[in-house]
Amino acid sequence: MTAAMRDPMLPRPFRIEKVRRELSDTFTMELVPAEGGGFAFAAGQFNMLYVFGIGEVPISISGDPGDGGKLIHTTRAVGAVTRAMDSMRAGDVVGVRGPFGTPWPVEEAFGHDLVFVAGGVGLAPLRPAIYQAMANRQRFGKVVVLYGARTPDDILFRRELERWRGRFDMEVHVTVDRGNPKWSGNVGVVPNLIAHAGFDPLSTTAFVCGPEVMMRYTALALEKNGVGREGIFLSMERNMKCGCGLCGHCQWGPHFVCKDGPVYRYDRIADLLAIREL
Amino acid sequence: MPGVDDPKTVTAALDMAGLDALIAALAERGYRVIGPMVADDAVVYDEIASSADLPAGVGDEQDGGRYRLRARGDGALFGYTVAPQGWKRLLHPPRQKMFAARRQDGGFAILPPEPAAAPMAFLGVRACELAAIGIQSRVFGDEAAGDPGYRGRLARSFVVAVECAEAGGTCFCASMGTGPQVEAGFDIRLVELAGHDRHVFLADAGSAKGAEMLSGLNAPPAPEADRAEARRRVSAAAGAMGRTMPAATARRLGEHAEHRRWADIGKRCLSCGNCTMVCPTCFCTTVEDVTDLKGEHAERWRTWDSCFSIDFSYIHGGAIRNEVRSRYRQWITHKLSAWHEQFGTSGCVGCGRCITWCPVGIDITEEVQAIHADGKGR
Amino acid sequence: MGQPHDLGQIIDAHPFFKGIDSTLRSLLVGCAANERFEPGDFLVREGRPADKFYLLRAGQVAVEVDVPGKAPIVLETIGEGEVLGWSWVIEPYVSTFDARAMTLVRAVSFDGACLRRKMAGDPALGYEVLRRFLPVIGHRLATARLQLLDLYGPGVAKAARAKRKNGQ
Repeated sequence: MTAAMRDPMLPRPFRIEKVRRELSDTFTMELVPAEGGGFAFAAGQFNMLYVFGIGEVPISISGDPGDGGKLIHTTRAVGAVTRAMDSMRAGDVVGVRGPFGTPWPVEEAFGHDLVFVAGGVGLAPLRPAIYQAMANRQRFGKVVVLYGARTPDDILFRRELERWRGRFDMEVHVTVDRGNPKWSGNVGVVPNLIAHAGFDPLSTTAFVCGPEVMMRYTALALEKNGVGREGIFLSMERNMKCGCGLCGHCQWGPHFVCKDGPVYRYDRIADLLAIREL
Repeated sequence: MPGVDDPKTVTAALDMAGLDALIAALAERGYRVIGPMVADDAVVYDEIASSADLPAGVGDEQDGGRYRLRARGDGALFGYTVAPQGWKRLLHPPRQKMFAARRQDGGFAILPPEPAAAPMAFLGVRACELAAIGIQSRVFGDEAAGDPGYRGRLARSFVVAVECAEAGGTCFCASMGTGPQVEAGFDIRLVELAGHDRHVFLADAGSAKGAEMLSGLNAPPAPEADRAEARRRVSAAAGAMGRTMPAATARRLGEHAEHRRWADIGKRCLSCGNCTMVCPTCFCTTVEDVTDLKGEHAERWRTWDSCFSIDFSYIHGGAIRNEVRSRYRQWITHKLSAWHEQFGTSGCVGCGRCITWCPVGIDITEEVQAIHADGKGR
Repeated sequence: MGQPHDLGQIIDAHPFFKGIDSTLRSLLVGCAANERFEPGDFLVREGRPADKFYLLRAGQVAVEVDVPGKAPIVLETIGEGEVLGWSWVIEPYVSTFDARAMTLVRAVSFDGACLRRKMAGDPALGYEVLRRFLPVIGHRLATARLQLLDLYGPGVAKAARAKRKNGQ
């Protein structure tokens, strides 16, 4: 069965190969298609994950788009479906519909400095783009990852961040809202890191993902530091249900976030971000 | 969809027997014939067997928050304007099974879909309703990821349209450019002339299958004098509508997102969602996943949803649109403005149902007018 | 203690006084000194006279509050290229928080009393210094407010749920 033939409304069974606990409420699943075959996607896209008989939730893909064999999702257990998912183990099966949505424009950023700004679990949707950037490292100027978490215990992908930080071709800064006695790193909000990162604002593309408030203030800080609005991309969250613009739930102004987004260029949505309850 | 370049020269003047012959011919070809009838003090579109099921002599009075049937004093079968529920519930069912699945080998398997139901013939589709069907077809018709059901059901359907010879109390199709003349999208077009001396349905074909069907009825062609009289009545109906939509402002409601009027509407609107249920273009749905008691068999059902429900915009933690005014603003801004950007057309056909069926009589044209008038003052 | 000549260059190179008029800068040099702190040293103590402010040249400083029976709470960290302390310019010139070196810290300090005298005597200098402090104060206030939101925590979601339960 080819992807073109597949009904986008029918979930495809995927077997859980591995589950890894990331944080107290966050876990990563590695999935393989139960019927064989691979899964192609672009960094920034999401899937609708289905737990048999319970329901479906939109979850962004957190794995490497260069590795078509495995599908990786990092999920925070916050509702009925994600909590049910949290209790699933290797060998169990989930349904997958997707991939849906617009990707991070990694290739359009070739020739620029690339700055990733993530907040909380927002690092997960950015990770595929970070992998893609590092697979094409020579195409970029600087590659900078700025990450803000709630506390040192809430730092997602901590070992990977440490590994990236150890590379000579990548700059990584992490900050937390609240420190603890063992934490000797930055304390403060993630927009504060922007001024410290050594990138050329006139030739920078920034990918931002986190809670909407965090993204709004990060975009302001990037602009204040000289990055143009057309170089800033945000990943929006709304109530995605069908994934293909048919159910109407994720509407935001004229957009269906599930297919016109989730990744948007900032200059195209800055006005909408300012309207309450849109 | 009926073709556009089919012969349209086939006309017929049908009497009551001719209309019954059409209904019988449709049934004979395997169509489930759906037409207007009176039930629970309203006109509803449901399965009919003959012209005897049609609402003879029934008219309606419609106004903001008001709908009443009345006796017309003649025998007209299509003397009402639009029924509360349009054809949407047939082409875009309120409750629809998306799939069934069974537990299997530690996982699950999706069961094959059930065979499609019999094709439908719609008798009595008004111009605004036909426009609405065209709009929903566009909404669901995106080739990349469309709803596989809507276009399929429509393609198998037979559409008998009826032109309105009178305007209803809340109609404004003329102002939306969708009626009362029926222009396209039909297989057969009817206009009813119900006089003292004679009762005739002038018919012409809009597609090859319509032409073929009409020819098979062996009815005389429609006389030109009758056709001219019908055109006169339909265009008089166009001039008799009491409401107009200020088009330019309607298209740009997105620019008025912070207008004071929203707070004012928020105080009146009950957020009941009636307008979205009766609107012939509102398409939003939600899904419900269910299992049997043993958890072996699961189904997903898609049901109509309304942007007026608070959970509609729910993301983990809370709803985006908490205030009633935000939900009304979403509905009308989507319908009149965003729809253009999304689907290249307005989402409103001017049928007036949202006005008639609003319990507090909120009038979509009046709300846009208020914002329009304010904008002119600046 | 560095030479005034070197200090002038250091002040010029620091983002805080970037582009300052050379006449005004020479007035600043007279109140400045080079300083160095080992990890754990305090640059500022809560409740003590605020007699200095610092341009951080290297290292990281924690602005913190001591809590009896617990580890001190770090409110924010300030590093290279930033400025530390504005209580010296606000009466009664008393420090509000502790500031502790987390690493080896190199900084230029300014004597508050000295600078206040010069600012009072030369409004152009007074305006120039305050003009540069005001955005820093505004920025710190804004980021402190953002930090209060606890954006990544369950708090935001819980508050919204509570709002819904209360009949909204």
